[in-house]
Amino acid sequence: MTSTILEMRDITKTFPGVKALSNVNLSVEEGEIHAIVGENGAGKSTLMKVLSGVYPSGTYEGEIVFRGQECHFKGIHDSEHIGIVIIHQELALVPMLSIAENIFLGNEHATYGVIDWNANEKRTSALLRKVGLKEDPKTLITNIGVGKQQLVEIAKALSKEVKLLILDEPTASLSEKDSQALLDLLLEFKRQGMTSILISHKLNEVNRVADKVTVIRDGRTIETLPRKDISEDRIITSMVGRSLDDRYPPREPQIGDVILEVKNWSVYHPIHAERQVIKNINLNVRKGEVVGIAGLMGAGRTEFAMSLFGRSYGRHITGEVSLDGKPIDLSSVSKAVASGIAYVTEDRKTFGLNLIDHIKHNVTLANLSGVSSHGVIDDMREMSVANDYRKKTNIRASSVYQLTGNLSGGNQQKVVLSKWLFADPQVLILDEPTRGIDVGAKYEIYTIIARLAAEGKAIIVISSEMPELLGITDRIYVMNEGRIVGEMPASEASQEKIMRAIVRGEGKAS
Amino acid sequence: MSTDSAPAPQSGVAEDVKHGPRIAVSALTTNLREYGLIIALIVIMLFFQYTTSGTLFKPVNLSNLVQQNSFIIVMALGMLLVIVAGYIDLSVGSVAGFIGALAAMMMVIWPLGIFSNPLVVSIVCLIVGALIGAAQGYWIAYHRIPSFIVTLAGMLIFRGICQALLGGGSSVGPLPDSFKALSSGFIPDVIGPLTLIPPTVNAAGKTIVGSGLTLHMTTVVLGVIAVLAYAYFGLRARRKREKHGYEAEPFPLFVIKTLVGSALALFLVFQFASYKGLPVVLLVMGVLISLFVFVTKRMTIGRRIYAMGGNAKAAQLSGINTERLTLLVFINMGVLSALGGLIIAARLGQAVPAAGLGSELDVIAAVFIGGASAMGGVGQVIGAVVGGFIMGVMNNGMSIMGVNVDWQQVVKGLVLLGAVIFDVYNKNKA
Repeated sequence: MTSTILEMRDITKTFPGVKALSNVNLSVEEGEIHAIVGENGAGKSTLMKVLSGVYPSGTYEGEIVFRGQECHFKGIHDSEHIGIVIIHQELALVPMLSIAENIFLGNEHATYGVIDWNANEKRTSALLRKVGLKEDPKTLITNIGVGKQQLVEIAKALSKEVKLLILDEPTASLSEKDSQALLDLLLEFKRQGMTSILISHKLNEVNRVADKVTVIRDGRTIETLPRKDISEDRIITSMVGRSLDDRYPPREPQIGDVILEVKNWSVYHPIHAERQVIKNINLNVRKGEVVGIAGLMGAGRTEFAMSLFGRSYGRHITGEVSLDGKPIDLSSVSKAVASGIAYVTEDRKTFGLNLIDHIKHNVTLANLSGVSSHGVIDDMREMSVANDYRKKTNIRASSVYQLTGNLSGGNQQKVVLSKWLFADPQVLILDEPTRGIDVGAKYEIYTIIARLAAEGKAIIVISSEMPELLGITDRIYVMNEGRIVGEMPASEASQEKIMRAIVRGEGKAS
Repeated sequence: MSTDSAPAPQSGVAEDVKHGPRIAVSALTTNLREYGLIIALIVIMLFFQYTTSGTLFKPVNLSNLVQQNSFIIVMALGMLLVIVAGYIDLSVGSVAGFIGALAAMMMVIWPLGIFSNPLVVSIVCLIVGALIGAAQGYWIAYHRIPSFIVTLAGMLIFRGICQALLGGGSSVGPLPDSFKALSSGFIPDVIGPLTLIPPTVNAAGKTIVGSGLTLHMTTVVLGVIAVLAYAYFGLRARRKREKHGYEAEPFPLFVIKTLVGSALALFLVFQFASYKGLPVVLLVMGVLISLFVFVTKRMTIGRRIYAMGGNAKAAQLSGINTERLTLLVFINMGVLSALGGLIIAARLGQAVPAAGLGSELDVIAAVFIGGASAMGGVGQVIGAVVGGFIMGVMNNGMSIMGVNVDWQQVVKGLVLLGAVIFDVYNKNKA
């Protein structure tokens, strides 16, 4: 007779302007591997952050019952204390410390602050044997591969007497072989009676190890499938099944000739020189066309866009780009901008805005020559440009002198968009243009995209939200592991088709 | 600051006319923060005026004050750009010392013939300063070596070269009078003096020094022109804003600001005019300050430096060549360090091994007291200048009061810390 180890009831979590989770229910039985699947942004990670206390009790509604007791975690420490350990997608290891130091970081065997290294290393060796990692505990983290680092994270979790192990996309950056080994390890733990929650995009993996699958979509639990009902088709349908009502502005595409043509584009990793990140990409965009690039995180979409935009990413970049049939030089950002290409980054805070400066200065930054003559800025011209774009993109701020750091995500995105619109590009690449912004602002961004296309600009939209791509684009490329693995007109595309292209591509790769 | 003709863009403007009273209040608070520093300088000056029984504002002391601190302020202009760009330069004191030594060797020791002319030497020295800046900037910009390390190395290297050039501990001089005029000279009175009160004549038929009142008319005329220009450009900027339909700061505030600024400027002009006139170095400083205010507030290159300091990655992805910009910022710093070195040598009349020693810290302190952020992206030229004067007035005032040099340092340190704490506190409150 199995018993329920974890019960999450009616979990609702709201961020300013967004309901990330609404009435989510999750029930995990003792000793099972429970998979949680859903699109990027569906709310999986938020749910796990609620569970592990990253969002402390009181910042969400609903209740968590773990081993029969209702829990109110105030931080990760509380949840780890009773045996819930989460391993995040981005590994939290200190690269220049050893395996042993990392495993017992903050939890060292010590008396009066003096560390007993022998005890630490002995215990580390035992833990490493458990996860099947043959490394000296003194080896620095930076000297072992990602797959082994993942195992160190698991060993670290085991050191905390874990009852429920949560793995968030554990195989996202692992090779096929390392992934297999990790999944085998999970099955081994299961035989020993441990319960785990596996969050994954890779449906073949879920299919292989999961006892139950819970599907989350738009912050809601859709259903929980028992082992016998698990199949890729069933999961995909459940993951994406929603209507595309009127969340997107209507458009009548007027598509002209090819403007941008990219041929045989290849890029290598900036640090690991032998790793090819972008593999021979061919792609084109027409005047007035909105082209989408679909794919999961880590498919290489951002890397592709940034390598195109003034070689801002990668090394050994090869391939040809032509604009209006003429080859163009994109070897620096200023040349790319001068050629008529603009790239709106996916990470507006790190790469898009000067957060300690106001809207006006941010809007004109990419085209200062447009508001100056002989290097002297015309304050009045700059002012009217800033106000003009503030109206055009509907930036809600008290004035153009408001610091961009104090704006909401949606309004920040509009400032970044304004900056690039003022640079007057022919081709606009938008990388995750609606990430982290609320539904209303999303609609406004879609309207701007539609208007730009109507004005004859060529637009590339990179997005992990498939409904968004289906709703606003004319044609969709599907990317996976640095390759284009599919191309389809949006009218013939569906989320199932895109998912299938990705999953099929996944099997082929590596 | 009679030279600041650029409109202050941060002065709480908004085009929403219906929020009139709120704008007035916000304009007042932002202005208070902006002018808080100048008010602090005035308060400090009045304090020392009182504690030194009126010595501080004496014409001869004002001239001294300017001549003693001008090199700090000249270098602070370059340092402001370096710090706004997100870097630091620890080498400026050593570079200044080295350039002073180089200038003295060229003018006094080396047989250069016609090339030992002070003007030629000064130009060569400024070029050498540019090259030093370029050499340091190259490693910082193109090899991403932290500026702290590169310029720390520069600090050691150029102090060493300075001492080696001067042959150990000796000093080289005296320097030609025409060179010394850069620091201790006054502008010639082309109009001619105006005697308001004839000096008293003693029994022996000689005039008593310091009695009577004779004005240096060229200084008076230049001062009045500068004040008029200040008022005119301020008014013109206002008109332009209003013509384009943007709310400017409330008119009464503008009038008060202009009147107080003009009165202060005219008072100082009068003090200088009743002594020997405008110090040459003050004129040099004034021109440079105006230039840097213009560059930072109105020119694209200035804007790019602020953007780079605020978010280097975003600036790069906006098409700004951040490497070249960094190089230029350090070349500029090198030229101004060289000018600082020439000013020091000209004031001392000779080159000494310790010239400019430790001055990098005064320069950096001036910039931070002036409200610049150690994270980059924030800072004003006027702030750095006022910060420099605050340090200078404290040095001068405490020296007159006879405060021990050791305790002077303690007070300066406390003022630096206090100014930055005040700034951080203010920002968090806002």
